[in-house]
Amino acid sequence: MTSLRSITIATLIKDIRLEWRSRDAINAMLFFSLLVVVIFSFSFDPNAEESREIAGGLIWVAFLFAAIVALNQTWARELRNQVLDAYRVSPAPPNALFLAKAFGNFILVTILEAVMAPLFVVFYNLRAVGPAWQLIPLAVLGTWALVVNGTFFAAMSLRTRSREIMLPLLLFPISIPAVQSMVEATRIILSGDGSARFWIVLLLTYDVVFTTACLGLFGTILQAE
Amino acid sequence: MKKIFPILAALTALLLAYGFYQAMWVAPTERTMGDVQRIFYYHVPSAWTAFCLFFTNLFASVIYLIRKNPKADALAVASAEVGVVFCTIVLVTGPIWARPVWGIWWTWDVRLTTTLVLWLIYVSYLVLRRFSDSAQTPVLAAVLAIFGALDVPLVYFSIWFFRTQHPQPVMGNGGSLDPRMLHAFLINLFAFSCFGAIVCWWRYRLEREQREVEELEALESLRGVSR
Repeated sequence: MTSLRSITIATLIKDIRLEWRSRDAINAMLFFSLLVVVIFSFSFDPNAEESREIAGGLIWVAFLFAAIVALNQTWARELRNQVLDAYRVSPAPPNALFLAKAFGNFILVTILEAVMAPLFVVFYNLRAVGPAWQLIPLAVLGTWALVVNGTFFAAMSLRTRSREIMLPLLLFPISIPAVQSMVEATRIILSGDGSARFWIVLLLTYDVVFTTACLGLFGTILQAE
Repeated sequence: MKKIFPILAALTALLLAYGFYQAMWVAPTERTMGDVQRIFYYHVPSAWTAFCLFFTNLFASVIYLIRKNPKADALAVASAEVGVVFCTIVLVTGPIWARPVWGIWWTWDVRLTTTLVLWLIYVSYLVLRRFSDSAQTPVLAAVLAIFGALDVPLVYFSIWFFRTQHPQPVMGNGGSLDPRMLHAFLINLFAFSCFGAIVCWWRYRLEREQREVEELEALESLRGVSR
């Protein structure tokens, strides 16, 4: 257990340090989602009432697309110099590597959301009518739902041709219930009609089910030769 | 086994022809919907066959992950491909019926959405198999099948939260169904199950033979190198 934790933390710190020095992924993600925000607000130009109804969909679609940028380069770094092969023959538990990568992506996407959410508020004149604090647990659960499966499928698509295209093709169909929960919950909280509890519970279930599945099957994916 | 195939295929064809006759001429016309209701004799059996095949795919994938038996993987390929075809039939016949009866082509109802998401997941499964040509493809595909199976109940619950529009199954609650309709339906259900099974079986044989040929070719080229 200690080895799982120490290896996870070591790998996570290494990834964060690498990202901090280059800042490739975070810059690409931020600029990409900024573009999405601008293009969306050109194409819809809603009033305050409408924007409460559609903002949930726009925000999460923008984050989903931007997250793909981070997820795609998760494993690419480990392919250079055969780092992944070295990891495979080392006695370190595979799940430590998976957790480190998933947490790394979680931190990246969370930073992205923290920067972009105020921009959305500005561009769409958003003001929550419902309980706004619920957006925080929703964002945490939703981000984890995207990155846990995203990290897993990124590892899967490493073994395919044109893997950058492959990741969204695998990830989007599986993510449909998660994205729907995030969008619906955000819409309910912003417009204040009803309770978002069902969607948050559904999202929590999604997180628990797929985190378990990822941890259970990651060893199989990593060792598949 | 090879010799039985033509006989089974002929029997299935006869059964399908009989089912067609029952559905088009023997079964009475539905009172409110009219003739368009007859699509039901194809829509529901296709859905049933597709779900059976997807279930077979999940079963074969789990077996493959445990036993690493290439036969299980061949069965997984065959059932996924044939299942997607039947699921496509369901998704095409549904709107044809819905347009005159409901007045809309499509609605985000529980059964419709779950079927569509299942179809999307299995299309991505086939895309994965197509894009990955290494030896690990079967493992990756089997893992994806398990993820898809975990996803479907969540999709179902997320849509179930909205009110459902799809007609409830009419079998079993009261005698509102004409026995000739039930007869035509059951014949078609059986005929489509046989049809799905036989196509899947044939695809399975094809997959196995193709792999044998590939293995022989690889061996042959190795022999050429050593000489």
